[in-house]
Amino acid sequence: MKEIVIISGKGGTGKTSVTASFGFLGGKDVVVADCDVDAADMHLLMKPDFAQSEDFYSGVVAEINPEKCTQCGLCAEKCRFDAIPVINNQHVVKKLDCEGCGYCEKVCPVDAITMRDQNVGDWYISTTKVDNTMVHAKLGIGAENSGKLVAKVKNEAKAIAEKQHKEFAVIDGSPGVGCPVVSSLSGADFTVIVTEPSVSGFHDLKRVFELVKKFKINAGCIINKYDINQEITDKIMNFLRDENIEHIASFPYDENFTRAMTLGKTIVEFDEGELKEKMVNSWTKVKQLVNHENLNV
Amino acid sequence: MKIAFTAKGTHWDSTIDPRFGRTEYILVYDDEKDEFESFDNRDIENEAHGAGPKTSQKLFELGAKVLITGNGPGGNAATVLEKAGIEIFIGAGNMTVKQAYEAYKNNQLTKF
Amino acid sequence: MRIAIASGKGGTGKTTLSANLAAFLSKTETVVLTDLDVEEPNSGLFIKGKLENEETKYKMIPEWKEETCTLCGECQKNCNFHAIIQLGPQILVFPELCHSCYACSELCPTDSLPMVSQRMGKLKHYSGDNIDFIESQLDIGQEQAVPLIGQTIQYVENNFDDNTLKIYDSPPGTSCPVIEATKDADFIILVTEPTPFGLHDLKLAVETVKELRKSFAVVINRWGLGDEKVMDYCKENDIPIIAKIPNLRQIAEIYSRGELIFEQVPEFKDELLKISDYIKKEMD
Repeated sequence: MKEIVIISGKGGTGKTSVTASFGFLGGKDVVVADCDVDAADMHLLMKPDFAQSEDFYSGVVAEINPEKCTQCGLCAEKCRFDAIPVINNQHVVKKLDCEGCGYCEKVCPVDAITMRDQNVGDWYISTTKVDNTMVHAKLGIGAENSGKLVAKVKNEAKAIAEKQHKEFAVIDGSPGVGCPVVSSLSGADFTVIVTEPSVSGFHDLKRVFELVKKFKINAGCIINKYDINQEITDKIMNFLRDENIEHIASFPYDENFTRAMTLGKTIVEFDEGELKEKMVNSWTKVKQLVNHENLNV
Repeated sequence: MKIAFTAKGTHWDSTIDPRFGRTEYILVYDDEKDEFESFDNRDIENEAHGAGPKTSQKLFELGAKVLITGNGPGGNAATVLEKAGIEIFIGAGNMTVKQAYEAYKNNQLTKF
Repeated sequence: MRIAIASGKGGTGKTTLSANLAAFLSKTETVVLTDLDVEEPNSGLFIKGKLENEETKYKMIPEWKEETCTLCGECQKNCNFHAIIQLGPQILVFPELCHSCYACSELCPTDSLPMVSQRMGKLKHYSGDNIDFIESQLDIGQEQAVPLIGQTIQYVENNFDDNTLKIYDSPPGTSCPVIEATKDADFIILVTEPTPFGLHDLKLAVETVKELRKSFAVVINRWGLGDEKVMDYCKENDIPIIAKIPNLRQIAEIYSRGELIFEQVPEFKDELLKISDYIKKEMD
């Protein structure tokens, strides 16, 4: 089983459209996972059935037992996050502000404070419209995506892929360059970076590739909307050449991507022309690259 | 000398877990005493952050001198391993523990 | 007045709107635009100005004093973030993992972990015609965006009075950094797209701002594309839609070059005018 992670650095480049197309084309050979839990959108295209769901806990929050609390105020004084205000003569914890450091719990003279596991969302194992398995999650408000949740979603997807003897796990990676994307990349066999030729798109491509290099993962790149700025597209192509990143495909600016999305479809179900052909070729190429690259390790 | 492996199971035939910090098991082989032990590391799943340093600390406590793994540790973990005087060899991601050990013996793994 | 511009997901045009709105309003008002997406600040690509001030930003972390340490291991136990590790006869501190809670430092029986400041990123302040632009960037490897966002807002509040219109470009998502960036705003503009992705993420963003009890309105970007469901949703929930920016390939092209859009596209300017009118009404 090989693990393919699709990332982008910047949002809105078409990462999820690409991942869902690969998930659709891969069909029963793949398990898909949505690690972009901040903006988990892939379910809108893959139509999973949310068959199995489980609570997800991450981190802790302080809780004050009002029965035991003597209102001495030591916790509030020690809290560096101003998370323990006095409301109606009671010290209470503002959950959104609590960082879970546990300092208050340790100093409370009457043991009135307990650190409780925080339920930050749910995660699901589903069957999609193409009858493959999808692992995904939904975060609650103010909950932070973390390496932990990404690792959970990804590991679950990988375990299922291994158990079902699938060829690939196709993973929609997290955006940005922080901890979640690090976690999505960790252990990957191949990564596809989806970018666009804008000043910010190129800037973020370079930043996210720094991470990919650190992990020594072979990478390919898809340039979306390549024709909105030929000059930057040329720069991206040079960058790919210099860094030994495989250029997988360039897609034109085309509203069919959005039309497909509006109908809850991947581009390969909607378009019958160039876009579909390019996407099908991209998937074929990615599969070849993943398998070929591993012969060299 | 104790050699540690990140692995997905507890045997010589288990595959190497390519991840370092969040590896499922740590296997330790003492090549002088020919002793082989495994340690469950799956608790680490409960940690949102800081998995790398935590696993590194475990290796130190187990007395490992060499680590054989897949992708290699992240920055924080690498710092701990360096301070702990543990040598790191990577690129064993697709091997079994046995194959990885052979590859290490034959100098086929990359030093981190 | 403080206006935060936010969106549930990245790539909806939040930064484009922030930069253009700020530049447009600066024709009639004194404006300061602040990019709070400290992991990936991008607004600066659109605003030109001269560098006025540069400040290194610090967070507090513990520093190990070997001489007085008894290696009792309390600090490691007291740290909920694994930012302190005891390795035989030494204590290692991982600044990126540290949340600056002071527990290890203040609970150390021998005061061997005094808090010291450590660089986490940099703030830059540019000024142009009637507009100031502030951005902060986290150093690579730093994981805590929240303290830098907080300090950046503090800088703006200390340097500009209430007569300045303060526009904050928030980070994407609905997690802690967005809450930090929007919790002191007087008014929030949520940017979305008329697509299922846009709607899904808008709903999350609306839940977040409702949780914060803020007054807010929606701007639809790439209008003309997709479907009517965002409109329907806003209508059902009594959320004002204050502008609809048309979907034009020309806009994507101008954006890709890092140029301001309203100067070249009159339809875009019309929509900014609507937002500006709405904001002025809110101010009164």
